[in-house]
Amino acid sequence: MDVPVKIWNREAECLPREELRQLQLKRLQQTLTLVANNVPCYQAKFKESGFQPGDLKTLKDLQHLPFTSKEDLRVNYPYGMFAVPMREVVRIHSSSGTTGKPTVVGYTKADINTWTELVARFMTAAGVTPEDIVHIAFGYGLFTGAFGLHYGSEAIGASVIPISGGNTEKQLMIMQDYRSSALVCTPSYGLTLADRIEKQGIDPRSLALRVGLFGAEPWSEQMRVELEQRLGILATDNYGLSEIMGPGVAGECLFKQGMHLAEDHFLAEIIDPDTGEVLPDGSVGELVITSLTKQAFPMIRYRTRDITRLNYAVCECGRTLARMEKTRGRTDDMLIIKGVNVFPTQIEEVLFQIEGCEPHYQLIVDRANNMDSLEVQVEVNENIFFDEMKQQRQFVVQAEKRLATVLGVSAKVKLVEPASITRHEGKAVRVIDRRQQ
Amino acid sequence: MKVEQISIFIENKSGRLAEVTGVLGDNGINIRALSLADTSDFGILRLIVDDSEKALKVLREQQFTVSITHVIGVAVPDSPGGLTTILQILDKSGVNVEYMYAFVERSGDNAVIIFRFDDIDEAITALANNGINILPSERITSI
Ligand SMILES: [Zn+2]
Repeated sequence: MDVPVKIWNREAECLPREELRQLQLKRLQQTLTLVANNVPCYQAKFKESGFQPGDLKTLKDLQHLPFTSKEDLRVNYPYGMFAVPMREVVRIHSSSGTTGKPTVVGYTKADINTWTELVARFMTAAGVTPEDIVHIAFGYGLFTGAFGLHYGSEAIGASVIPISGGNTEKQLMIMQDYRSSALVCTPSYGLTLADRIEKQGIDPRSLALRVGLFGAEPWSEQMRVELEQRLGILATDNYGLSEIMGPGVAGECLFKQGMHLAEDHFLAEIIDPDTGEVLPDGSVGELVITSLTKQAFPMIRYRTRDITRLNYAVCECGRTLARMEKTRGRTDDMLIIKGVNVFPTQIEEVLFQIEGCEPHYQLIVDRANNMDSLEVQVEVNENIFFDEMKQQRQFVVQAEKRLATVLGVSAKVKLVEPASITRHEGKAVRVIDRRQQ
Repeated sequence: MKVEQISIFIENKSGRLAEVTGVLGDNGINIRALSLADTSDFGILRLIVDDSEKALKVLREQQFTVSITHVIGVAVPDSPGGLTTILQILDKSGVNVEYMYAFVERSGDNAVIIFRFDDIDEAITALANNGINILPSERITSI
């Protein structure tokens, strides 16, 4: 690697594992005491499990405690899980709940500082420096993404363009005129930008872009290759979820061999999503996170529903922090097609990008001659209906191409009439898996 | 001179065409000309009717996906070479025909051809300059 490795906080990020474990144990005990004193939900959980914070002698003892689920957060909506009085909370964020109420999370001043530090770490790991002009195309609002990257960039000393989401035309103009060098957005929006750049006949090399920090949705290695080639950048992945903190939980270094997880602030476990059993190091399973330093919204064994694997080997970059593989999607809606993990949310995102409005779709998974097939039925609307057959067919071909790139498995797109997709109690049935019948 | 044409997305399954004509018939709308382009999965049905505004409204109410495009109608003499002359004029002026379809006038002497162009204004100018009779919109919608 010709680029020198820069590390934001060498002491923390390269801490020998034994010292790291001691630090984790100390911080875990403090966190358990904090929630035992202040959060009724955890008081009840401790009582139920017969395990008190004082019983924790080793990190392994954490396994005796029950999990925290999204359901716990819903039951305690809005502020029931907060561990500090509201006067100490300086910020509220919330997660995009697809069903029912969103999840409300809070930050103290110290939490915001930790968040800023952790984002600065992964941005530095991806190569962002004070010289960079950071183009933040995440939506600013209750969603944590934009603010997290914003604080991290400023901490590094880079120049932030808080352009927010949408209006691709304007994004491109600003990117050209302001010389944006680091792009922050979802990987699928990155592809939308690439499409538009090509359509307008702009040479990507004429842009100042050199690095992309993509997050907020799972994406494939194939998509990475496409983003890197079409935008002429280094495309890096980062991970976070608002229940835990937002972006900054983990992020890739220049070696792109997994996302370094901020283990001095978060304790990670990999479990079997069905049994809840902790799996041996190196296993693929559901990521469970316990926060170690959070004050306003500590989480004990929070089930992320994200499927991944952790690698504890020291990285070429010198960081000792475990590396988390790209998430393979979520436990609740994962489909395995031809051995590839496919998530309806990925398909939804692709359709949203090409239709320009909320798609109505259904996935039909079938198997013939031992071969899986995926058909994506899309309800036609006036945005994607063309009077000319050539254009209409081109739309189908392009949608199929984009899906294949994003999913890593081919899909047939079938256009259907409006309102023809099965709905159940007003909600569209998203997946029909005929293989199970 | 431009004629409003309604395009409707239909899935390729039996009875869909009849449902469209049924909706129009129930609402007293007459179909003047019709053409269907289809693939194995879906089709695009194109119609010229006597009241396109009303047709659009009732079809949308029945949740059909519809759009309006502009086409022109040309009366082609029922003699050899009639169509060839028209196509040559268009070719020379660089206008592309996206698609076309024909029907016969009730009086029976002329075939009427409906054209959809990439540049309708350019096509109208080219045809008019070469003495081709473009039918007035009312003549087609009230055939
Ligand atoms: Zn590394």
